[in-house]
Amino acid sequence: PTAVCLRNIITLSGSLTKLAYYSTVQHKVARVRSFDHSGKDIDNEPLYEISVQEEITARLHFIKFENTYIETCLDFIKDHLVNTETKVIKATGGGAYKFKDLIEKKLGLKVDKEDVMTCLIKGCNFVLRNIPHEVFAYQKDSDTEFRFQTNHPNIFPYLLVNIGSGVSIVKVESEDKFEWIGGSSIGGGTFWGLGALLTKTKKFDELLQLASKGQHTNVDMLVKDVYGGAYQTLGLSGNLIASSFGKSTTADKEFSKEDMAKSLLHMISNDIGQLACLHAKLHNLDKIYFGGFFIRGHPVTMRTITYSINFFSKGEVQALFLRHEGYLGAIGAFLKGAEQDNPNQYSWGENYAGSSGLMSTSPDVYPMQRTRSGTFDMLEMDRLERPLVNLPLLKDPSTYIPDTVDLTDDAMARKYWLTCFEEALDGVAKRAAASQPDSVDAQERAEKFRQKYWNKLQTLRQQPFAYGTLTVRSLLDTREHCLNEFNFPDPYSKVKQKENGIALKCFQSVIESLDSLGWEERQFALVKGLLAGNVFDWGAKAVSDVLESEPQFGFEEAKSKLQGKGRSLDLDLDGPPHKCALIFADNSGIDIILGVFPFVRELLSRGTEMYKALLKQLFNTFIFSNSSALRDEKLLLVQTGSSSPCLDLSRLDQGLAVLVRERQTDLVVIEGMGRAIHTNYYAVLRCESLKLAVIKNSWLADRLGGKIFSVIFKYEVPCK
Amino acid sequence: MSWAQHGQSETRWGLVQHRRSGDSTEGHVFPWFGLDIGGTLVKLVYFEPKDITAEEEEEEVENLKSIRKYLTSNVAYGSTGIRDVHLELKDLTLCGRKGNLHFIRFPTHDMPAFIQMGSEKHFSSLHTTLCATGGGAYKFEQDFLTMGDLELCKLDELDCLVKGVLYIDSVGFNGHSECYYFENPTDPERCQKLPFNLENPYPLLLVNIGSGVSILAAYSKDNYKRVTGTSLGGGTFFGLCCLLTGCSTFEEALEMASHGDSTKVDKLVRDIYGGDYERFGLPGWAVASSFGNMMSKEKRESVSKEDLARATLITITNNIGSIARMCALNENINRVVFVGNFLRINTISMRLLAYALDYWSKGQLKALFLEHEGYFGAVGALLGLLDSA
Repeated sequence: PTAVCLRNIITLSGSLTKLAYYSTVQHKVARVRSFDHSGKDIDNEPLYEISVQEEITARLHFIKFENTYIETCLDFIKDHLVNTETKVIKATGGGAYKFKDLIEKKLGLKVDKEDVMTCLIKGCNFVLRNIPHEVFAYQKDSDTEFRFQTNHPNIFPYLLVNIGSGVSIVKVESEDKFEWIGGSSIGGGTFWGLGALLTKTKKFDELLQLASKGQHTNVDMLVKDVYGGAYQTLGLSGNLIASSFGKSTTADKEFSKEDMAKSLLHMISNDIGQLACLHAKLHNLDKIYFGGFFIRGHPVTMRTITYSINFFSKGEVQALFLRHEGYLGAIGAFLKGAEQDNPNQYSWGENYAGSSGLMSTSPDVYPMQRTRSGTFDMLEMDRLERPLVNLPLLKDPSTYIPDTVDLTDDAMARKYWLTCFEEALDGVAKRAAASQPDSVDAQERAEKFRQKYWNKLQTLRQQPFAYGTLTVRSLLDTREHCLNEFNFPDPYSKVKQKENGIALKCFQSVIESLDSLGWEERQFALVKGLLAGNVFDWGAKAVSDVLESEPQFGFEEAKSKLQGKGRSLDLDLDGPPHKCALIFADNSGIDIILGVFPFVRELLSRGTEMYKALLKQLFNTFIFSNSSALRDEKLLLVQTGSSSPCLDLSRLDQGLAVLVRERQTDLVVIEGMGRAIHTNYYAVLRCESLKLAVIKNSWLADRLGGKIFSVIFKYEVPCK
Repeated sequence: MSWAQHGQSETRWGLVQHRRSGDSTEGHVFPWFGLDIGGTLVKLVYFEPKDITAEEEEEEVENLKSIRKYLTSNVAYGSTGIRDVHLELKDLTLCGRKGNLHFIRFPTHDMPAFIQMGSEKHFSSLHTTLCATGGGAYKFEQDFLTMGDLELCKLDELDCLVKGVLYIDSVGFNGHSECYYFENPTDPERCQKLPFNLENPYPLLLVNIGSGVSILAAYSKDNYKRVTGTSLGGGTFFGLCCLLTGCSTFEEALEMASHGDSTKVDKLVRDIYGGDYERFGLPGWAVASSFGNMMSKEKRESVSKEDLARATLITITNNIGSIARMCALNENINRVVFVGNFLRINTISMRLLAYALDYWSKGQLKALFLEHEGYFGAVGALLGLLDSA
């Protein structure tokens, strides 16, 4: 996509420059246009057409690089600065003074300095609100180093402890209300400065390296050195440090650099943790986010800080870290500069295709990890069309986790799914090229897409935590972002069109055959139809194999594939009609046309108002286009706010949430493997819900103890 | 040193002890000692009875007499043992006996020599009880038993400390007040040391700065708890000074610190913001980053050992002040008493603590100090001896 640069922000800290800019991105989107078929012979005319249109969306770019590249950076800005009315460039951070003259001279712009802490907090609020899995707890000695946290609907209040050269402790109560409640002069500068004096090692990173190899017990006086063992009456362990550097109180002994660096690291981390806990206790807060160059992805310091917080809070407070901690100042400064665009009015999404992931902290995996500052590190945030909010029917939004399996945790499942996505990649690239037969460079772009996604998958093999918790959903999202990056809005559009045509031809006869059944039989047939429809899934390998090899494979064949004995419907369709039902379904294909629509029709006939939460590329349905249901707004088609085959009920289009409330929705149907199995299988709602899908993956079926094409039919009534 | 080399008396301590029949000290055999064995220093208090009758004098065994003479006629023992003469409490009445209380300290690493001396002088034959507190009471318990044939009576550190503080404050310092504070701590011109009346001490935050720091909250005579502690204490100051300056004694480190300029070493708020950081109400003189200037090679090369010693002292002191202030706020206590040997001859730290507490609490918190700084644990141990009948 072409980027048009509007405004820039530069954050300059000790050795790194962060550049933030806003761009509009032009990319292709698939649009569906249906024709009016009233009274026409549908056999001879296409039902609808898909047109690829150019859409312009806003994107935020953040780039981080070493200060040595500052001139290159300024050239880049100069070249892209199209907005000639710009007279001012915002800069924040300690280096803003240092490079002020250079920037002003080179760009002919005035440098406008922004307050560091204000920017930091603005940035922090932004990432907490907009980036899922932004926050993590660090556990060095567990299988999963990074424990990502689900985004709490209410991010306030929290404590931000910024460990730069000193320490600032800020209490943040709302978007605009924050207060410096304390600080300490013993911070990163103390570690660096005192460390350099003690060890003659000049670089911060080298000091950390030394520290990770040292034995602090040679330098520190421990409780057992004073007591001979533990201090039983107070329950203080013998290994606790009684006095930092307490053993170096002698002029005639030599101490190793490593040991002194380690002792210094413990001293400073413990001190910061203790002060943070004291402040958290005084202000009754339990969330502490740590940031600043002392922390910035360094496993050694995250570990010691985590230990300290656990110790001093007796486990009551958790030390939390942020994936994009290094960008907070730049993001905040940018938001301040872009206030007239109201960036906070929108929801934003991390673009996995354009963002660098979190680096591994394990030296085995990534031995050169510390050299990464020499490379560019990027973050891209796409502005979403509409704000995203929680589904109001979620029982407890703060504990809702959309994903069923955490692949960061489950190594076996991770291996399987990564391989699965790798194996499917060639096919997807082929489809992508085929979806744009008229484009001359489709092949080339498809190959670029293949390469990019392949690289992402390899990164995720090494660093599953690179973009937060790894899930089937995040793998799908990453693929979609990569496809979009190369202008493939929907690689399946051609296939879908064909499938829709076939399905529509069968629609009438399916309806007729249903209508001929008695009530009970019909209910059963409807559900079977719903499930049979769900068999048709081009994303599922087992199915795409069948569909490729058996062109005649149809709805009836699908029904016969379903595993498991039918049983009568738990769903109480016999009782009073539901006020309003919300159905999450696929946006296209046999699935929706032959499975979901007849079901919808049945509900409508009972007087239930309906609206279907459809996907972004709205399939403007013609089946209901003339029905009274649509006219009377008994049936509404609504966007979910995402184009993923999976479903995150904590990030739904605001319009949908408003409708759910207004219409007093009392039934939620979630259909499909992505929406009901990979995600939301354990989602608890405050109303009746039905989750159904066919398992079209033999490994998953195996794992769940069933066979391929087994049926998941989960009907839940909220406990009173 | 050592204590052993300094054997003054070669004669064995006799078996007959002086005691007054029927009086309140019955069971409390002389000599009366209280011992506090810390991580770095051993603190010893000794009660010298001045009301010995002629009869007692006659009965007093040679060894006991010699120990009394030895302790009271010297101000230094060996090369490292020191009696703080200026702290001596005169004409004290303790358990019905009149006498003087002596305050003696020596480094913990000389503890084996001390025990050795006790053994050589057959201290155990005096059948007195040796009450001890501090971590060393546990660590050296076995050594006392095997080397000195002495069974230590171990007393709880917190109990001793609190007891000692309250007792010494109640008897006063030879007619003066034991407790004092600094008036106008934020104004160097008008700042002065003034007596403080600690008659109604509760609630009280007690910050004991030895090698490490322990913080206690006392709500009444029997109701107190350890709130927290920090490993950044006197040992850290001294340890870092040894590494940074090559000094070898605490006195030397403090002397250097008194001649240094920490602002060359530390990065101040004004070094970053050009002045005050108004957004957060931080004054320009506040330290933003301890040793922060030492990140730069040029600045590392331009500082003196004195500057480094001063910066170390300021860093440790400010940090203790900051933790103490937070604890006081959390415990809702507004009087903070600082004790411990870190404060010995350390006016810089005391004034800084007084200043920091006053400034950051906007005058809400008061820093208090006691003349007998580091000896309260040992005094508490002595009182423990006399309490046990």
